[in-house]
Amino acid sequence: MAGGVVEKPAAHDKPRKHYLNHVKTFGSWLVTLDHKRIAMMYLCAVSFALLLGGVFALALRTVLWNGTPADPETSILGATMEQFYNKMFTLHGAVMVFLFIIPGIPAALGNFILPMQLGAKDLALPRINLLSWYLYVMGLVLFVCVLVLGGLDTGWTLYPPYSMGGGSQSQHVWHSLVLAYMAVFILGFSSILTGLNFIVTMHKLRPPGMGMYDMPLFLWALYATSLIQVLATPVVGITLGLSLIEHMFHVGIFLPQYGGDPVMYQHFFWFYSHPAVYIMILPAMGVQSEIMGTFSRKHIFGYKAIAWSSIAIAAIGFIVWGHHMFVSGQSPTAGIIFSFLTYLVAIPSAIKVFNWVATMYKGSIDLKTPMIYGLNFIYLFGIGGLTGLFLASISNNVHLHDTYFVIAHFHMVMVGSTVNAFLGGVHLWWPKMTGRMYNETLGRIGAILVFVGFNLAFMPQFVSGTRGMPRRYANYLEEFTTFHQASTVGAYILGAGIGLQVLYLLYSLFKGKKAPDNPWGAASLEWQSESPPDFHNFTKPPIMMGAYDYENWEYESEEAGWKLKPEVIETRKTLSKVH
Amino acid sequence: MSTGVADHETKHDLPARPPELAMHFDNMHQQFHSGKLGMWLFLGQELLFFCGLFTAYAVYRGNHQEMFHYVHYFLDWKLGAVNTVVLLVSSLTAAWSVRAAMLEQRKVLIFTLLATFICAGIFMVVKYFEYTHKLHIGAVWGGGFNVADADLPAELVAKYPDMTGAKLKEMGAGSFFAIYFCMTGLHGLHVLVGMGLYIWLLVRALKGDFNRRWYGAVDNVALYWHIVDIIWIFLFPMLYLIG
Repeated sequence: MAGGVVEKPAAHDKPRKHYLNHVKTFGSWLVTLDHKRIAMMYLCAVSFALLLGGVFALALRTVLWNGTPADPETSILGATMEQFYNKMFTLHGAVMVFLFIIPGIPAALGNFILPMQLGAKDLALPRINLLSWYLYVMGLVLFVCVLVLGGLDTGWTLYPPYSMGGGSQSQHVWHSLVLAYMAVFILGFSSILTGLNFIVTMHKLRPPGMGMYDMPLFLWALYATSLIQVLATPVVGITLGLSLIEHMFHVGIFLPQYGGDPVMYQHFFWFYSHPAVYIMILPAMGVQSEIMGTFSRKHIFGYKAIAWSSIAIAAIGFIVWGHHMFVSGQSPTAGIIFSFLTYLVAIPSAIKVFNWVATMYKGSIDLKTPMIYGLNFIYLFGIGGLTGLFLASISNNVHLHDTYFVIAHFHMVMVGSTVNAFLGGVHLWWPKMTGRMYNETLGRIGAILVFVGFNLAFMPQFVSGTRGMPRRYANYLEEFTTFHQASTVGAYILGAGIGLQVLYLLYSLFKGKKAPDNPWGAASLEWQSESPPDFHNFTKPPIMMGAYDYENWEYESEEAGWKLKPEVIETRKTLSKVH
Repeated sequence: MSTGVADHETKHDLPARPPELAMHFDNMHQQFHSGKLGMWLFLGQELLFFCGLFTAYAVYRGNHQEMFHYVHYFLDWKLGAVNTVVLLVSSLTAAWSVRAAMLEQRKVLIFTLLATFICAGIFMVVKYFEYTHKLHIGAVWGGGFNVADADLPAELVAKYPDMTGAKLKEMGAGSFFAIYFCMTGLHGLHVLVGMGLYIWLLVRALKGDFNRRWYGAVDNVALYWHIVDIIWIFLFPMLYLIG
C-alpha cells in the first residue's frame, strides 16, 4: 500500500531515498526485516481487521433495529435471523479481539515507533519480528477460512461444552471451530514473539545515557504490555491447544461427559483473557501520554507515577480473572477475594487519568486531531473505568452479569479508549510513517463523529443493561426498542466516522501535503528523523534530550514544521551510537 | 549521555565489524546478550505454557486421589527412570557443547551435539514403546478407557486383587490418561523440536559457523534443551512415582 508514496522531486535534486522507496519490489516487502515495513504491513492488516469487525458490528446492530421480527423464519444468507445474529456477534468479538485490538497498537504503531524512540536502527530480533508477522498472517487467513466455511456461533469466548459439543454441531461449525482454535493459538504466538522482542529491545538497544526513566512513556506502556504478552498468552495457547484436542478426540479435559471440567476452561481462558484486556488498554495509555504532552506543550505531569502505574496494572491484571466467573460456580470466598483485587486496578488507572488532566492544566492546548482523540479517551475511559467498579462489586455483578451494562462498560474501555488511542496514534504518527499530512479539518470532523456515534451507541446500553436487557439475544421486549434503535443509529455514525478516516487517509497518501520532519513539536527522538525515515532510521545522529522537553523546539512554518533551537544543537550531545 | 565526544571519536577507529555482527547492533556483546535475553523470555513463556497442564494435573489429582494411585501402576517406573537418566546425560552433553563452542574445540563440539541428539532419540524410542503398549491394551483418555482385566498391571493386581478394568473406568481413569498423554505428548513434541534444532546445530558446526566470538545459537539451544529436561524431571515423579 505504502508503495504509493512517491516523492515529487524538486527540480534540482533527486528524490530522497527512504524506507519506502529504497527498494521497490514486492518481494522486498515479503522478506523485509525492517521494523518500519513490518509495522506498515501490520497497520494495513489490523485496519482491515478493524473494518471487517466493524462490518459485523453494523450487521448485528441492524438485526437489533427490530428486535421482534414479524416473521420468525426471515432468512439472511441462508440462515434464520437468530442464527445470523449469533454468528455476527461471535465473529465481531473474535475478529476485533484477536485480529485487531491485541496486535493493533503494539504490533503496528509500537513496531514502528519503539526502535526510533530509542534511537535504534531496528528491533533487537528482526527475524523474530518477521516470524511474528507471518504467524499473524496465518491466523488472519485461518479466520477468513472460518468465515468462508460459514462462521461460528459460540461467542468469542468459545466456552465448552457448547463449543466442543461434537455431534450436536453441524459439520460446518465443527470444521470452523478446528480452524478457529488453530487461528487463536497461532495468533497467540505472534503476540508472544512481539512482546518478547520489545522487552529485549528496550533492555539491550537502549542507548547509553538513556535510562529506563528517560524513555518516553509509550515505551513504558509497551514494556508492561509485553510482560503480559509473554507471561499470559502461553496460558491461552495451551488452553486452546487442549480445546482443539478435546474438540477432535474428546480426551476429557474440558467436556463434562468425558470426565472434564468446563469451569477449568473458564479459569484458564480468563487467566489470559483478563490480562489480555490490559494488553489492549496499556499501549493505548502509552499513546495517550504522548498525545497529552505534545498537544498541551507541557512536560508530562507525574512521569514516574504514569510509568509505574503501567507496571502496576500489568501486575494486578494477573490476579483478577475470577471476576469474570462470579456466576460460574466459583466459591464465594474466591469471589470475594477477586472482587476486592479487582477494585485495586482502579488505583493505577485513576493515577494515569489524574496525571493526564494535570498535564493539560495550564498547558497550551492545541486541538489538533490527535488531541481530540486524547480528550475522547479521557472522557470515555473515565466512564468505562468507573463502571468497571460497579461490576467489580460482587453483589452488583450478580445483577448486571451478562447484561448490556457489561457490554457498554467493555466497549467504553476497549473502543472508547483503545480505538480512540489507536486512531489518535495513527494521526499522530501518520506524517512520520508516510511522509504525508492528512486533512486536518476532515480529521477533526472524523474524531467528533467517532465521539458522537460512540456515545450514542453505548450510553443507552448502560440504561437498558440495568433494566435487565441480556446480551447475546437477537430479540428483545418492546420496552427496549428505543435504546436499541439509538444504539444502532450511533453505530452507523461511528462507522461513518471511521469510513471518513479511511477515505482521507488514503487520499493523503497520494495528494496529501508533504509532511515536515516534526509537524507537532513533539520531543521524543523519532521526530528528529526525516519524514518518512531513512532505511537506517536516522541520517544524522539524534540529539539526546528529554522526551518531554518541548521547549527545545520552535515553530518555523507550516511547511518546515518545528525545528530544534540552534542553542540546543550546539550544546547537547548527539547519540554516539548512531553513525 | 555518559559517553563523551571523545568516546564517540574512538568508536570510529575500532577494527572492522565482524561478519557475524548484524547491522543494528553495536558490538558482539550486545548481539549475544540480546539473543540470550530473548531465549530466557521464551523459556519463561514455555513454563507458563506447561503451567496450564500442571494446573489441570493438580485439579484432577485433587478430585480423583484414589484413582491416580491405582492407575499410576500402568506406568513402568523403570522405563521412566531410564528416560530420566538419558535426558540428564543429554543435558550434560548439551552444556558441554556450549563450552566446546566457546573454546573452539571442533571435534568435541560435534561429538557433544551428536550425543545430545542421540540421547533425545533414545528418549523418543522408549516413549514410543510406552505409548504403543498403552494404546494396545486400551489404557487411553476420556471415555475410550477400556482395559481387559487380564491386561491390568501385575503390580496393581498383586496389591489389589479385586481390582477390575471396569472399576477403574468407573473411577475416571480416562482423566488420568488424558492428563498423561497431553503432558508427555506436549513434552515429546518439545523433544522432537529439540532434535531438529540439534541437527541444525550439527550442520552449522560441520560448516564451521561457530567460534569464540559467536556461539550464541549453541548456547540458546542448550538453554532450550535444559528446560525440556527440567520439565521431564517434574513429569517423572508426578506421573510415575505417586504410589
